[in-house]
Amino acid sequence: MPEPARIALLVTCLVDLFRPAIGFAAVKLLEEAGCTVEVPRAQTCCGQPAYNSGDRDDAKAVARRVIDTFAGYDYVVAPSGSCAGMVKVHYPELFADEPEMRARAEELASRTHELVSFLVDIRGMTQTDAHWQRSVTYHDSCSGLRELGINTQPRLLLGSVAGLEFRELPDAEVCCGFGGTFCVKYPEISDKMVADKALDIAATGAEAVLAGDLGCLLNIAGKLSRLGLPVEVRHIAEVLAGMTGAAPPIGAPKA
Amino acid sequence: MEPTSHAFIANARAELGNPTLQRALGLARTGFPARRRQAIDRLPEFEDLREEGRGIKDHTLAHLDYYLELYERNVSAAGGRVHWARDAAEARAIVLEICRAAGAKIVTKGKSMVAEEIALNDHLEANGITPVETDLGEYIIQLRHEPPSHIIAPAIHLMKEQVADTFRAAHRELPPARQLDDPRELCDEARTILRPQFLAADVGITGANFLVAETGSSIIVTNEGNGDLTQTLPPVHVVIASLEKVVPTLEDAATLLRLLARSATGQEFSSYTTVSTGPRRPGDLDGPAQYHVVLLDNGRTDLLGGEFQDMLRCLRCSACLNHCPVYAAVGGHAYGWVYPGPMGAVLTPALVGLHEAGHLPNASTFCGRCESVCPVKIPLPKMMRHWREREFARQLSPAVYRTGMRLWAALATRPELYHALTAITGRVLGWAGKARGRFRSLPLAAGWTSVRDMPAPEGRTFQALWAERQRAPGGRRR
Repeated sequence: MPEPARIALLVTCLVDLFRPAIGFAAVKLLEEAGCTVEVPRAQTCCGQPAYNSGDRDDAKAVARRVIDTFAGYDYVVAPSGSCAGMVKVHYPELFADEPEMRARAEELASRTHELVSFLVDIRGMTQTDAHWQRSVTYHDSCSGLRELGINTQPRLLLGSVAGLEFRELPDAEVCCGFGGTFCVKYPEISDKMVADKALDIAATGAEAVLAGDLGCLLNIAGKLSRLGLPVEVRHIAEVLAGMTGAAPPIGAPKA
Repeated sequence: MEPTSHAFIANARAELGNPTLQRALGLARTGFPARRRQAIDRLPEFEDLREEGRGIKDHTLAHLDYYLELYERNVSAAGGRVHWARDAAEARAIVLEICRAAGAKIVTKGKSMVAEEIALNDHLEANGITPVETDLGEYIIQLRHEPPSHIIAPAIHLMKEQVADTFRAAHRELPPARQLDDPRELCDEARTILRPQFLAADVGITGANFLVAETGSSIIVTNEGNGDLTQTLPPVHVVIASLEKVVPTLEDAATLLRLLARSATGQEFSSYTTVSTGPRRPGDLDGPAQYHVVLLDNGRTDLLGGEFQDMLRCLRCSACLNHCPVYAAVGGHAYGWVYPGPMGAVLTPALVGLHEAGHLPNASTFCGRCESVCPVKIPLPKMMRHWREREFARQLSPAVYRTGMRLWAALATRPELYHALTAITGRVLGWAGKARGRFRSLPLAAGWTSVRDMPAPEGRTFQALWAERQRAPGGRRR
């Protein structure tokens, strides 16, 4: 195992509010990978909603705070390709005209990772001790896949989960229609996209669908339940950490 | 055509509710990406080729004035003539003037998006000249008085049964009982109707995929051969092209052609690639007596040197449309003007104004698939974001939306207040959603719950639980 590392968990605003279980699963996985995990209290959100809405000034204000908050840790890890991508790819772009901030943004970007790719690529994790008796399919969230190149890492680790039968999702790389504010600004188009996704998921016959981003998962879970399709929806970290008992599936009542 | 991009939401709603269109889109959604993938898998150096293609276009754009002047000199040297058009009106006037000078009554046309952009057909018709589209898809939509819904497959929104109906309505001279079930039969019928038009045409108008500066040549690619007949049979050939189509050399054009066909249709090369250099020379077996090029600017030079310059690399291959989940959901007509999909979402606001086309760069999830397949690596999502920034800065976006964003940002930069509010929100929603685990409707969240349920939060926020866990003596697990 690589050297012990001091990690700051970038919880993400959605995990913080909707599903702490993902945060605790991330902590467990990081600790198993030999890291000590801290959770800076001063964090809120990465600023992506403002950035993608064209509100550059507010996005910068939020990004400045994030850069301050996460200074000094060996790594910053987020259970989200979207938020990690915001920090890793877009922060340096955001400060393109401010050399000093740009340098700080790039320094943070170099230390920031999405959870599953961090475990595999940086910590060398190749398997987990988790056990989950389910047939499972997986949706590749867009930012993780195309901004950060996350594709093989989740499949590698899921392959090591005892009892888990993996089924590829056709068009797994096609967007689910979440897109942040897109899903509420253009609900009918988003609906068509997520309905197609939900039907593709159901057609695999898998008992559960996993992904690495809670935004997509809320969207997919919401559509599956609206369509009455009984597929269990969870973040991949919950399964890899063996913590599926900590919370009911996304959108399902407490047992 | 008058843009209806401002009505994007209503347009999209209509298209989402059109079952025939949805069936047609369903076929296209899988076909194009699969064919492109196969073609690229057969060419290991495709990624290098993309880089090379981007380099060629960037170099040309950085020296556009030089290459355009060189191009004009070489067109003239070959006996042709270049006409410069600042905008659509000038371009239409030039083409009409050439047609009038030739005494034209019938004009055949190869497929040209620039001709669509300047609404050339309407202008010719209004002046007593009959334009005949010779690309099968363009011919179909011309008969139906519809705009194209795709930049290389203009009739992709139609099923073959609709085409058969259109042909029966238009070709009344043919036996009504004829078979038109098979695409082959439709194709043959179009060919039968179009053949005499090719021979009767006084002027042939084509677009151009590339203009080659070193030789003064124009290059078109087609799969039907209609472009060749359009440009070689009539006595006058008019090429209409936007000025960013110029490339320095034939070698450069060859590199880009390798990218174009694979990205567009998944072919290694289009069936016909035709290079035209000037009018017929003594000893040539065929070709036009006159060769004109109308070079259209129409706002493109305004993009040079700015944040949208990269858009001028576009080869019009349509890979971005073919891989766009929004295009796949609503089709091309919803975008309300000539250029749909991601490339249209960037280009249309530049050409018809952000005020008209503001929805287009907003109606994207930034999924990034367009950029990942673009043969010349145009950062389409980034440029859509630039439009959103301009919209926000000019206060064109709805006030409620902007105020909401400001409030959210104020909260996001005040962590203690933020945590206090999220803790309450989580508690309330968690309690209210406890029984079902989700909401079917939720105040202020109609955009979400109109089409899908909202999963309920667990109840406590991560930050609250984490703080509790840190305080607990010895116990670190929750």
